[in-house]
Parts: sequence; C-alpha cells; structure tokens
Amino acid sequence: MTTPPSVLTSAPLLEKAAGRSIFVLHRLARAAVSFVIVFVAAFLMVQLVPGDPVRAALGPTAPVATVAALRAQLGLDQPLVDRFTAYAGGLLHGDLGMSITSQRPVAEMLAERLPTTLTIAVAALLVAVVGAFPLGVATAVSARGARHRGLDLAVSGLLGVLIAIPNFLLAVLFIATLSIGLGAFPPAGWGTPSQAVLPVLALAIGPLAYLARIVHIEMLRVLDAPYLTTARSKRLPGRLIHLRHALPNIVAATLTAGGVVLVGLVAGTVLIETVFTVPGIGSTIVSSITARDYPLIQGVVIVYALLVLGTNLLIDLALVILDPRSTIAEA
Amino acid sequence: MTRRLLRTPQGLAVLLGLTVVVAATVLGPAVFGDAASTRNIPDRQLPASLAHLFGTDNLGRDLFARVIVATRLSVLLTLGAVGISVAGGVTLGVTAAVLPRPLRRLVTAFIDILLSFPWLLLALFFSVIWGTTATGAMLAIGFAGIPVFARLVATLASSVANTDYVRAARLLGSSPVRTAMLHVLPNILPPLVVNTAAHASVTLLSFAALSFLGLGVQAPEYDWGRLLNEGARSIYLEPMAAIGPGIAIVLTGVLFALLGELLSEDRPRTVPSRAVIRAGDAAAPDGDALVTVTDLRVSFPAGDGSLVERVHGVDLTIRPGEVVGVVGESGSGKSVTAMAIAGLLGPEAQVAAGQLSFDGIDMRGRFSAAQRRRLGLEQAMIFQDPLSSLNPSLTVGRQLTEVSEVHGGLGRGAATRRALEALALVRIPEPLRRIRQLPHEFSGGMRQRAMIAMGLMGSPRLIVADEPTTALDVTVQRQVLHALHDARLRTGAAILLISHDIALVSGFCDRVVVMRDGVVVERLDADRLDEARHPYTRGLIACVPDMTTDRDRPLPVIGVAADEEVPV
Amino acid sequence: MSTLEFDHVTVRFGRGRAAHTAVDDASLTVRSGTTLGLVGESGSGKSTMARVAVGLEHAGLGAVRLDGVDLTSRSRAARLARRRVQLVFQDPLAALDPRMPVGTSVAEGLLATGRRFSRAEKEARVRELLGLVHIDPGRAGERPARFSGGQRQRITIARALAAEPAVLIADEITSALDVSVQGVVLNLLRELRSALDLTMLFISHNLAVVRYVSDDVAVMRAGRVVEQGPADTVLAAPSDPYTRELLHAVPVMGQPLDLAGKDH
Repeated sequence: MTTPPSVLTSAPLLEKAAGRSIFVLHRLARAAVSFVIVFVAAFLMVQLVPGDPVRAALGPTAPVATVAALRAQLGLDQPLVDRFTAYAGGLLHGDLGMSITSQRPVAEMLAERLPTTLTIAVAALLVAVVGAFPLGVATAVSARGARHRGLDLAVSGLLGVLIAIPNFLLAVLFIATLSIGLGAFPPAGWGTPSQAVLPVLALAIGPLAYLARIVHIEMLRVLDAPYLTTARSKRLPGRLIHLRHALPNIVAATLTAGGVVLVGLVAGTVLIETVFTVPGIGSTIVSSITARDYPLIQGVVIVYALLVLGTNLLIDLALVILDPRSTIAEA
Repeated sequence: MTRRLLRTPQGLAVLLGLTVVVAATVLGPAVFGDAASTRNIPDRQLPASLAHLFGTDNLGRDLFARVIVATRLSVLLTLGAVGISVAGGVTLGVTAAVLPRPLRRLVTAFIDILLSFPWLLLALFFSVIWGTTATGAMLAIGFAGIPVFARLVATLASSVANTDYVRAARLLGSSPVRTAMLHVLPNILPPLVVNTAAHASVTLLSFAALSFLGLGVQAPEYDWGRLLNEGARSIYLEPMAAIGPGIAIVLTGVLFALLGELLSEDRPRTVPSRAVIRAGDAAAPDGDALVTVTDLRVSFPAGDGSLVERVHGVDLTIRPGEVVGVVGESGSGKSVTAMAIAGLLGPEAQVAAGQLSFDGIDMRGRFSAAQRRRLGLEQAMIFQDPLSSLNPSLTVGRQLTEVSEVHGGLGRGAATRRALEALALVRIPEPLRRIRQLPHEFSGGMRQRAMIAMGLMGSPRLIVADEPTTALDVTVQRQVLHALHDARLRTGAAILLISHDIALVSGFCDRVVVMRDGVVVERLDADRLDEARHPYTRGLIACVPDMTTDRDRPLPVIGVAADEEVPV
Repeated sequence: MSTLEFDHVTVRFGRGRAAHTAVDDASLTVRSGTTLGLVGESGSGKSTMARVAVGLEHAGLGAVRLDGVDLTSRSRAARLARRRVQLVFQDPLAALDPRMPVGTSVAEGLLATGRRFSRAEKEARVRELLGLVHIDPGRAGERPARFSGGQRQRITIARALAAEPAVLIADEITSALDVSVQGVVLNLLRELRSALDLTMLFISHNLAVVRYVSDDVAVMRAGRVVEQGPADTVLAAPSDPYTRELLHAVPVMGQPLDLAGKDH
C-alpha cells in the first residue's frame, strides 16, 4: 500500500529504445573511465616500485653505464608529465615502447601473441556458456521433480568438486592423465587443433560448473515462481514450460551473476598458457614480471584490461538484447 | 553453531578437517621437519610408495612430509591476506557508507570498477610493485581482495540502513554512531563472517596460483603452490609429485568453503519425493458434482525433515456453475486446499484424500494426454499477486493464445482473434495494442483481468481464484470482480473464490465455507451469514469493523490464540 | 495539547520527465486530542504525508507545523520537535531489529524524550510500556522472532509511546495483519487514546477501519486532499464523487456486491 502504483500503461517504443541506449552509453562511459584508470595505473606502476626500479630490474652488480642507458630508454630521466604525454601519445599510434629483454617493440610482440590468447579465451567462453545452460536446466528440473535423488546428488557433488579445483591444477591433472597416461592429447605446445583441446577444457570446466550451478539455482527459483504455476495450470507440456516459460527468465540473472566468472576465465589464460607453454600474451606476463621488463608488463596489463573490459561490455550488450526490462530500469 | 558442527555429518567433517589443518599448521614443521629437509640423493625422484606417499623430489626429500610442512606457510599467508582484504574492505566500505552522497557515489563507482577486474590481474599488478616474494604475494592478494569486501560491506550496510528499524531509531533521535554500533554492525557481522570463510578458500587457491606461476613464495621456502610448481616439472616421472600438493590445496579450499556454507544459516533443505497415498475410495461420487473432495489431507516437510499436516481432512463439493467462497485467516489451509483441487501443489506436498476429482478426473495422480487437454481447457486459475502470476518475459498475447494453440488446436490467427475477444470481454481497452505488450506495461487490475481473459481462452468449467483482489485497491477490486462475474455469465463456469475477507466472499458467492487451522469449521449460504453457529465464524464476522460498527465499543475478539501463536 | 498541521505541502519525486508529484498542495489539521483518519488508495500520497511529518521525506513546498514549529526546517528546534512526532510502520517484521531484544528496542524510544534514565528507571519504564500494550513484561529479553505479527506491532507501538510523542502517526499498521489480530490492535489504539489522551494521524486504505478509530476523516486521491471533515459527515454524506465511489466499493457483510456500477 505504500508503493505508488506502476501505471506504465503506455511506454512508447521510442522511450524503450532511449532507455536501452542510455544503458549502453552508461556502460560505455564506465568502460572508458575504467580504461583510463588502468592506463594511468599501468603508467605509474614503475613509479610505485619501492626504491630504484632500474636497479631492481638489473640487480646491484650492473655497471653504471647500463643502468643509465636503461634509465634513458625508460625515460626515467625526464619529468613525469612529459613522460606521461609521450606514453599516452605513443598508445594512440600503437606504440607501447621497447621490451627491455628482447629489445623488440612491445606492440609487435603482443600483436603476434594476441590471436592465440583470444582463440583460447573465446573457445573456452563458448564451451562454458553453451555447456552450462543445458546442464543447469536439466539438473534443476530433475531436482525439483525429486525422482532421481541419487543422480541429483552425484551431479551436484561433481559440479562442486569441479568448482573447487583451480584451473592450473586441473591442467596438471589433464596432462598427467590424458596426455601422459593415455597419450590422447599433446601435453604442451600450440598450433594443431589437438593441442588446443586440453588448454580450452582446463580453462572452461571450472567456469562451466560454476555457471551451471548459477543456472541451476536461478532455474529452481523461477520454477517456484507464481507465473510458472500459471503455466502449469494451463497443463502445457514440460518442454514448453521449461523452455518457453522458465528459460527466458533466468538468462539475465545468470549472466549478471556469472559475469564475474566469465571475466575471471579471461584472466585464467595467464595460468593455462603457462602450464601448456602456449605462446600467448598470458605466458609472457610471468617472465616479464620476473625479469622486470616494465614496458612489456605495462603492455600486457593494458591488453588484458582491454580484454576484460571487452568481455564485460559483451555481457552488458547481451543483457540489453535478452532482458530489456532490467536495463531500462537501471537507465 | 557448535551444535550444528557436531550434529550434521557435514559439520563433523568440517570439524575434523579443521583439526587436521590446525594440527599440521602448529605441529607439522616440528614433526615432519626433518623428513622434509633431509637430502638423500640416492633416493631422489622415487615414485609414490607406502614409504613415500607422494614420492621424493630431485634431492630425495619426502614429498608427503614437505606437503605437511608447507601447511603452515600456506595457511598463515592465506590468513594474512584475508586479514588485509577484510580490514581494508571494511574500512573502505564503512568510509563509503558514511561519506556525503556525491563522494559516496564516487567511491562506490571506483569499487565497482576495481571489481570488474579479476583478482589475478590485480594481484599481478601489485606483485610487480611489491616484488615476487612471499610477503609481496600476501600484500598483492590481500589488496586484490579489498574491493570484494568493500562492496560487500557497502551493500550490507546500505540494506540495513534502509530498514524500518533503522528509520525508527533515527526518528527517536539515535545518533548515527549509536545506530551504527547497535543496529548496523550486529546485523552485518554474521554475513561478513560467512563471506570471510568463503573468501579464505578463494585466497588459498590464489596463493597456490601465484606460487605456481613462480611469483609467490621463492625457494628455499615452499608452500603448496611452489611444491605443485616443482611437481609439475617432473610430472613425466611421477604424477603424484604434482597431484599430492594439489590434493592438499583442493581439500583445504573445500574445507574453508564448507565452513562458510555451514556458518550461513539458511542451507538448502532436502525435498522428499512426492508420494500420493490413496486412502481408498471412501465416499461415493456425487452424480452432478463438478469437484468432489473428501477427507483431503496435505502435509509439507518441516525444516527438520518431519512432515507437518496443514490440511486435516477437508470435504468440499462444487456443483457446475456454483460460486463457492472459502474464507479463513493465514494458516487456515484455504489456499493449499484450492491448489490441491487444481492439482498444482509442488512436488514437496504430500496429498492424501478419499476422493479428489474434477469432473471425473482424479487430481491426485499423473494425467493422461487427454486429461491434460481437458484440464487445460476447462480449469482456469487466478492468483493473489497480479505482477508475478504473469510471465514477465512473454507478451500478454502469447500467454493467452498458447492454451488455444496447444490444447484447442487453433492456428495462430484464430487463437489471436480469440484472445482479442477475451480481452474485450474483460474490458481491457485497445486489445489490439495491449495484446503485444509485456505484463509490466499493465496496471495491477488489468493484469488480473488479463488472467481472467486467459481462463476464457478455453471453455472453463471451474475458475479457481486465490485471493484475486487482496493486492488491489477497493475500486480496482470491484472492476476485477465485475470481470469475473461476466466471465461466469458468459461460460457458466463454477467459481472457487478464496479470500480472507468474509464480507467480500458473502457478497460474491452462493455458498461460504469457513476454514481455520486446516479444518472446515462451518458451511453457510452466503445470504444466511447471520445464522452462523460456530463461534469462530461469528467472531470473524464481528471482529471486522464495517461502516455501521458502533465506534464507542471495543471490537469483539476471537480468543487470544490467533495472536499469541508464534509463527514458525 | 498539540496540534499537527500540514500547510500546503507538495512533494515531488524524480526529475525531468520522470518527475512525479506524490503530494500536491495538501493541507490537513490533526486537532489536539483527536484522531484524524487519512484514507486513500495506493499512490494517493497518504504515506508520503506521514514521512514528511517525521522528516523521512523532504517537502518541496509548504510546511508541517507542530504547535506552530515548522518540522520541515533544518533548525535545531525543528529537529527536537520532530522527535515528538512518532511513526508506527506498516510491516512489524521489518520495524524491529531482529537481533535486538524487544525490551531494548522499546527502551530506544526513551532516547527521544531527551531525559537521562538510570538503568532501573529504564527497566521500570519498559515494563510499564509493555504492560500497556498487553505484552508480558517478563519477555522483554526475547528477540522479535519469538513474537507473532500482532505482538510485534504492539511492541513497535510501545516503542513509539516511550518517546512520549505529542502526535502518533500510524501508517497502515493493521494491513499486514490477519483480521482477528487487526481487531486486537484497533482495540489497543482506542484504549491508549482514552488513557493517554493521544493525538493521532491514522492512515489506512480501509474505510471501515478509519471510520472506527477516527474523529475526523480526510480523503486523498492522486496527491490531493479531496475531502475532509468530521467522520460522520464525510462518510455519511460525502460531497466528493471519489469519496462516494470509495464508499460504494466497500463490500458489506451479507449483501451482494453491486458490480454493475460505472467502471473507469
């Protein structure tokens, strides 16, 4: 009685479209702000290293001349503001500086390696999303019917275990069993489709299980909603009840809750590429951090930030298409 | 809490696991320290055996002992990082909560942005700054977790701050600090503890990941991630060298996660399978009854797994075209009875009845295809909440036409024409436009009328209306009842109206059935309410003030029982 | 003796195209020692009036005065005066802190008096107040979960009374309760009114309930006060067509509903 009535009697199409574009613009602006923050942070990272970053990179025994040369290459002898404008200007031209260890342009190195990382990430995303929905829906429908309790328990236990095992450990297990034990897939390298199977699986299975659990929980919630009782009161076949009436109502909530998992999957390429020695940008980050190759680290951080922000935007766009109501409400 | 730890198998397992982890943390280095550090070159890289459960490493050290000894460093680093995350997150979240509005929005927006980056990237960023050492990794992972807790605290605090009891405290002049200490803190602490345990699990895995990458603990020190890293290098020789530390990581991670689950109070309860107990066909079917219910008993599982009977032997008959009202207060079992008649109780409900039939169809079992078709066309339902009883993601038109298409065999065009007629019949203006809209574009009264129109798509013989107007204003209530009345005139369907409002039921129905605590206490003709015999019925009639109630006298009260009962 | 006066109050929510006027130039007077019943349907602005009076909502225009002091201003005098107007909320489940013993919740009401109480005085006062609303004072140490909805609502009334309010505002306090429990709460309000000489603003969507407890009645629709006056006059001989429509729509025990009347 305290809430005003929702007399949304006539919401013209124009207003709906406006609501959606406001939402998209809002999200784009947020992504832009996020990127600026990441960019500034990546730039300042070198400043934040305690002590002398160049000494930290080269070690205490390096000759003074080498130190001075590196200092000049990193531009540390120039004022902060000048360096920032130079770095930002370079970014606009696709110039991220020179790698210290390999003395090659960072942008070129990353451009060589990005397609590999993208392939793994996109394939794993697809496997996770495509696998999670049928699994989550099927287990939820079965659990609500309560006819196969043993099977339900076994499946939910298995999902729990898969969620608990971190991807790098799963990768090691796969290598131990599937490639060394059975010889089914190569344990390392990149290039042939069979070499992609294990990295993609190791990366996808955890998020798949996690997402399936979210779908399962959301589905159970929707199956108890009054409008599903309405659908059941029409005595519709189970297929229509689950696919037409229940499924559309879980997609948005699942994507919202599962977004973190999917974004985490992108970052997981760092570990997976390291285990399987895949020549992507993920496997460079570790060596660059150990070697204190600052320009390369900065480049990798920026590219990963872009990947993450891109994934977030993709999820938001999917929300706009799949669930116009919530996005309009937020706008 | 302690009781739950000791009683359930899950609780016992967690207790046992925690004991093992604590023992390994405290005693591990003292007991296994020698075995873990003694080099024994002849025995290097032995495969797993009873003497060496996980084999030995390339210096001949026993890997099982090393895994046990590594517990201390792994657990302590995890606790340290969790401490940093919680302390930082709570500080940031509380600061955000007390800041003036524009600043608060700025801080929460910043937290949101940090949250959109996975922890691994944040941790990598920080480890560039603090270096690839154990302390650096602890700081990195601890800082990477701060946004998570800041967000959690801000969300929890704002949800508590928006409750009526905090508003009441404010009205009474309670200072912000007093309110925070007495109301906000005690109410956000329990969920915070739960999340801390769950976060410890994530942190442990994060450490393992960083050390595995070679960015965490450095030799000669070792934690589980470092051991896994070394084991993975010799995985061709002995898989257990990698799997052993892996087991420790996963088990401890699961242990922390389970602890979090155990600490959170609402755990999913198990649902027993549906069992329809047939109590023999006792009563002979009444020849012209549309609905026959004899000795209906419905039970639901309680929290502890036992069954609680909520409807205790109800008899009810509805003849074709009759309008029957069931009146009762909350807990009277009136809605459960209606849902049992419609065969729509959830799988957790246990239904038993002498007879429970709708026009010859036994509503207790599973239905044949022909029976489903008849039920789909001949029964219609209207529920209390008009917003949630229509599917939010399907157009009103789709929800109307599907009955005709699935059961009536109509094509899409014919079904749409029929839907337009039905919407017009319940007086929804501009049906052509309305049919393409989603339910949220309808007002509450219109949604309820759309539900009635949905029932008119078949050839209804029974309309079950469960509190159809309770959520609506009185003037809208009249429009909805009007539409229901028209629907009955048009189709001759019987109506079962469930309501708590005896005046409404008496004004709309032919017969009134009064229920209390799962039992029918009285049946009356609607125009003979003044002849009610049962004291509960009489009390129910008298305790509601109407426009003629004597204002100088107290209202009659139905016993004290109704008020003194504590809801479960 | 206290009079609560709403003087041309206007409240708007939102901005630009989404702006919505919840209360539109509404004036009301709750006379000292009497109960004003405020009736209206959802969205009529009646709850917003209550929230403006206690400072939970801000009035864009107009003033709410308690004995001449404007409650809507930011001054210290206004802040102290606002504590003398107490609100009882609709949902008794949400109005009590689930982790605080009910006695402590009631004692919280004493804060508003501005006086200092010793521990013993506090306890005595809580016992007295719980007794007043017919709750066993021995249960003061229990948490709200152990009380039924009606009991919790009586406890929130006790908390509001602890503040020794000049005016009590009851916002739909019986609409979340079963009818039999509603009777108990209404009877309690009657008792308290005669025992404590309360001035009360009683807000409800239920005409019959409002009629039962009120001396004066005001009817709101779409943010405006369409009619107000003595309860007998307004409800027996309404001058506004909307009041007549409301009266007409109320089901009467044992009489067939008149469904043929005009629809919107």
